[in-house]
Amino acid sequence: MNIFVCVKQVMARDSVLRLNESQTWARDDGLAFEMNEPDTFALEEALRLKERHGGQVVAVTAGPARAASTVREALAKGADRGIHVEDDRYVQADAFATARALAAAIRREPHDLILTGLQSDDAGFGQTGVVLAELLGLPHATIIMEINAAGGRLRCKRELEAGWFQTVTLPQPALLTIQSGINKVRYATLMGIKRARMKPFQRYSPDELGIEVLVQQRVRRLYQPQQAKQTEFLEGSGQEIAEQLLGKLRFEARVL
Amino acid sequence: MSVLVVTEQQGGKWHRMSFEAVAAGQEAAAALDCPLRLAVVGSGIAGLASEAASKRASEVVTLDHPALAGYSADAYAEGLRQTVRQLDPSLVLFPHTYQVRDLAPKLAASLGKVFVSDTVGMRFEEGRPVFVRQLFQGKLHGDVAVEDAPPYFASVQSGAYRADSVSEGDAAAPIRALELSLDQGNARTRAEAPYQDAKDAVDLGSADIIVSVGRGIQDPGNIPQAAKLAKALGGELAASRPICDNGWLPLDRQIGSSGQTVAPSLYLALGISGAIQHVVGMKGAKTIVAVNKDSGAPIFEIADYGIVADLFEVVPALITAIESAE
Ligand SMILES: Cc1cc2nc3c(=O)[nH]c(=O)nc-3n(C[C@H](O)[C@H](O)[C@H](O)COP(=O)(O)OP(=O)(O)OC[C@H]3O[C@@H](n4cnc5c(N)ncnc54)[C@H](O)[C@@H]3O)c2cc1C
Ligand SMILES: Nc1ncnc2c1ncn2[C@@H]1O[C@H](COP(=O)(O)O)[C@@H](O)[C@H]1O
Repeated sequence: MNIFVCVKQVMARDSVLRLNESQTWARDDGLAFEMNEPDTFALEEALRLKERHGGQVVAVTAGPARAASTVREALAKGADRGIHVEDDRYVQADAFATARALAAAIRREPHDLILTGLQSDDAGFGQTGVVLAELLGLPHATIIMEINAAGGRLRCKRELEAGWFQTVTLPQPALLTIQSGINKVRYATLMGIKRARMKPFQRYSPDELGIEVLVQQRVRRLYQPQQAKQTEFLEGSGQEIAEQLLGKLRFEARVL
Repeated sequence: MSVLVVTEQQGGKWHRMSFEAVAAGQEAAAALDCPLRLAVVGSGIAGLASEAASKRASEVVTLDHPALAGYSADAYAEGLRQTVRQLDPSLVLFPHTYQVRDLAPKLAASLGKVFVSDTVGMRFEEGRPVFVRQLFQGKLHGDVAVEDAPPYFASVQSGAYRADSVSEGDAAAPIRALELSLDQGNARTRAEAPYQDAKDAVDLGSADIIVSVGRGIQDPGNIPQAAKLAKALGGELAASRPICDNGWLPLDRQIGSSGQTVAPSLYLALGISGAIQHVVGMKGAKTIVAVNKDSGAPIFEIADYGIVADLFEVVPALITAIESAE
């Protein structure tokens, strides 16, 4: 099975965000970057499917030069090849522009299954996978918690709201968006990291793929959200905070 | 110019977020001073359509077709594509449900349009929408504009608009069944009937006090500390999704869009960032206390009492204070 997994590089989870001059994105400098956490589950699922069914796993990203390290991380964990559509504009691209890049890279190769995460930790569009499926003309299923492949068809467990699930079936080739928690992800081994250096890694510019970077959904300005409630912040030592809080809960909120 | 709201129903029952989207649609139509249409999608939906027609709107349109009896992305996208072509709306709004996550990006992309997902607000500048979205996991909000011609496609986040603020119409809105040409049985992705894995053993819905742990708890070995605090307060222990995914607590203690929805008197969130999918499950709590070492965590937006600190300092101190008071 030729499996493509889309991985995005995002700021490390505990990053302290500082805005760029135009106040439209977070500044890159001084930040650490990592694979979008939901994508680690998609990658793991791809590796497991390959172990079960044979074939290859190709990790694909659209992003600036630094995003190459995220593809290398996928290679170190066991992906066979990497593809990087490189352009700085993908940092602030909308889901459609990103999907166009991923589609252009994937379209030129035989593909049986494409996996994405559900949502990126920075932009959080929650839709790049579905747009990608549409651009490639593939059927899709979203929020997947289990995959069974047999006879060119997929039988998946799809998550619904409030603790409900349903079984969905679809023909391959297909695209699935993977829900976090579907599996336990593996770590890269030292051997894996060494081997990653030898693995094929293809870099394209949008030009080479014959696409434009057309961004139509733009952030004009980022700002601190407004408080929905008037939060009272308690300060002091652990003990002082504990005593204040219990007092407030008993006599102000009257919930104890 | 017109606004179209696509409502959601399943098996003849409204999705509760449908009317939040209607509220957003009424606000948009008022701001743009243009007609508002409400779309009802399914098969045999006359009853729902007349319910929708009681709301203040110019028209209710139905996409009533056997091919739309159950949801499939292919049939629903085709039905709505035909709808958008017939009605030529300038703004199409959806509630941001799981079904809309599956459908709306496909629909918009098939029309060559971007889809602005999960918005929490909107305003208009010279007739063009500027949406507000959460970015960076809710730590920041962004004003987002679409640089393209209409129609604009967007979904509204759970809780961003209030269903109880929907205004009723003076008279019932006219109902029109749209002519659709859909093939039955062409959907590639097929869904079977919904099921639940296991009946929830714990009903957190009736708990009066809930102590809930998130990834800030760091290690399963630290869960007993939180459990001890829950016990001292006479409450139940609950968790955010990653804690249950990791198997540190059973699934039936998960709070949020894919878990339980609770409304206790007191919800104490320990090391929970406050992602919308968690917040929808607990924002109805009377009093919310958040302990988080990151002052920028979005959980503080909805907290009554905020404690910016290491939970491992606060939790033992709370246990000691409760025990010494007894
Ligand atoms: C379709 C879908 C459905 C989902 N359903 C659900 C759902 O039902 N329920 C749910 O909860 N989530 C759900 N999620 C996931 C959700 O988006 C978040 O990823 C999740 O809620 C984050 O959990 P968390 O707050 O525990 O972890 P994080 O977001 O990682 O937050 C951990 C927090 O702990 C703080 N912290 C760390 N160490 C300490 C310390 N020592 N002391 C104090 N604070 C500390 C950090 O500052 C951080 O804010 C869903 C997501 C999707 C896409
Ligand atoms: N720039 C990108 N490169 C590779 N994959 C991406 C990129 N952006 C988004 N994705 C994939 O699409 C999923 C959903 O992202 P989003 O639509 O941004 O929330 C992510 O989990 C990734 O799997």
